[in-house]
Amino acid sequence: MKYLYVAAPPEVRPEDRRMVSGRLAGVFDLPVREMKMPAVDFAYDAGRRQYSSIAVLEMTLPLIPDDAAKLLAVTDRDLFVPVLTFLFGQAQLGGRAGVLSFARLRQEFYGFAPNRELFEERAAKEALHETGHMFGLVHCSDRSCAMSLATNIRQIDMKQAAFCAPCRARLARTKGVKA
Amino acid sequence: MKNRWQILVVDDEEVMCESLAAWLREDGYVVDTAASGHEAIEKTRQRDYAIYFVDLKMPGGMDGIETMMQIRRIRAEASIIIITAYATVDTAITAMKEGAQEYIVKPCNPEEISLLVNRIVKVKNLQRENSILRKKLSRQYVVHDIVTKNARMRDILDLCQEVASLRSTVLIQGESGTGKEMIARAIHNSGDRAQKPMVSVSCAALAETLLESELFGHEKGAFTGADQQKRGKFEMADGGTIFLDEIGDISPKLQVDLLRVLQERSFYRVGGSQEVTVDVRAIAATHVNLQQAVSEGKFREDLYYRLNVIEIRIPPLRERREDVPLLALHFLERLAHELGKDVSDISEGALKLLMEYNWPGNVRELENTIERAIVTCKNHVLTEDSFGFLALNGTAGRVWAPPAGMTLQEMEKVLIASTLQRTNGNIKESAGILGIDRSTLYEKIKRYEIPR
Repeated sequence: MKYLYVAAPPEVRPEDRRMVSGRLAGVFDLPVREMKMPAVDFAYDAGRRQYSSIAVLEMTLPLIPDDAAKLLAVTDRDLFVPVLTFLFGQAQLGGRAGVLSFARLRQEFYGFAPNRELFEERAAKEALHETGHMFGLVHCSDRSCAMSLATNIRQIDMKQAAFCAPCRARLARTKGVKA
Repeated sequence: MKNRWQILVVDDEEVMCESLAAWLREDGYVVDTAASGHEAIEKTRQRDYAIYFVDLKMPGGMDGIETMMQIRRIRAEASIIIITAYATVDTAITAMKEGAQEYIVKPCNPEEISLLVNRIVKVKNLQRENSILRKKLSRQYVVHDIVTKNARMRDILDLCQEVASLRSTVLIQGESGTGKEMIARAIHNSGDRAQKPMVSVSCAALAETLLESELFGHEKGAFTGADQQKRGKFEMADGGTIFLDEIGDISPKLQVDLLRVLQERSFYRVGGSQEVTVDVRAIAATHVNLQQAVSEGKFREDLYYRLNVIEIRIPPLRERREDVPLLALHFLERLAHELGKDVSDISEGALKLLMEYNWPGNVRELENTIERAIVTCKNHVLTEDSFGFLALNGTAGRVWAPPAGMTLQEMEKVLIASTLQRTNGNIKESAGILGIDRSTLYEKIKRYEIPR
């Protein structure tokens, strides 16, 4: 039996990790398990004052359990890749590891009052998005599909926490979801 | 349709290269990377990248601007985006002056890159569509546009190239749908008459008198309804090429007239007394065996030899099955784009089915088949199911049966004649195909009075 793992470093609150695994459960054709992972402080870049997404992804690879089909790491840290100012998340396309940052999904980041419901909705959409990449899905032109590209928070809010029919069909072909 | 376009990211810093490439791949693009300007040039020679992201500062004696200039020499139409961490007005001006489409400073906002690439792809899609439509409009085929890997077809294309600039008459023979007019256009467009018109006439479509007026024009009052002077196709093609399709179907009188034009390069309009002189190269085509028509007295021998200065016999598709996958994928790419359908591949099983089919309607039938399959396709790949209609229609095409009532001798005659036609009358090759020795073949040719 293979599992879809949701891994979180110490700074992530257990209820946030549980929330993500709960939202992924039942969507993909894999049971979901949770695990802890070490802190990602080593990936901090003082010049950028952000955390290297590539370093975090590389760190997760040896942590992937034998019974894991895919592993999605979640972190509260703000992620970047050298060429881009920030990332909501990153995943190996068709690979086994992905990472999702909660930092820019929270209303506090934009100077607003916290909104738990909105945060959970955004986290669910982006968790589906990065996991979709791990199953080989590329960005979708349907703006309401979880696989559509979001380069700002408004675009995340515009989409739904679900895949469109063509993306679901593609996932079914790669055994990502039940047909 | 975005995955058609290939992107090359050029940066000496691997992490820069790979992170941008990975991000673009998530967007569905095919992305390669190069660690230096030299590697980028090498890859540019091998693949047709539409978009380049080139880092401005690279070591090894070839910076981003130099790399861009060399890329543009190889792929003038490529869109190049210069990326730099050290933006100055001077470098930006230099980059834009040397032809960079955009100049961006890293780290860049993901939205900025996404919008930039989308904008470039949108323009490229429009340019591509425009080029397809223009080509379709003018049907400006050149020899290189003809898709084939068949040795006989390659020889034909070489011959087309060689004879393109000559004035000699060409006779193209081949079954219906093999692309006779396309070959004629390729000859016309590859030669020094390309800038002049190529005028096509379907000789089978018109009655004798109409065809005469169509070809040579008529004077005012030449016949009832001729209320003004009209130029014929020969005059319209002056300086260019006239393509006489289905030449085997013209009447004996027109055969005489045509012979005269081809010999003298001059003619009289219907009802006219003034000789009109033209400089026209004639390319004729037919699906019937003209040599046989000559031997049966249906076609003038002198006209046949006048037309047959350069002879091209296009093999039917079933004799060049190796071209079927190539053509099928070529039509898929073009038609999916034209029909606006996101169908990008044909499964192995479907290609096998297409290769086994007999294609009585040749390349035209294959094109129509692919179009029908795309229209009814529900996903992104054409599978065997997409061609279910072929299995229904094609049973006769796949299992050949001789006509009822045919004798063994008649069948032998037809087989020998068709083999000779396929090999352009080559006795040694024909004997090899038929599994008999040359003297036996000579004897049978004589006995059955088969023209060679």
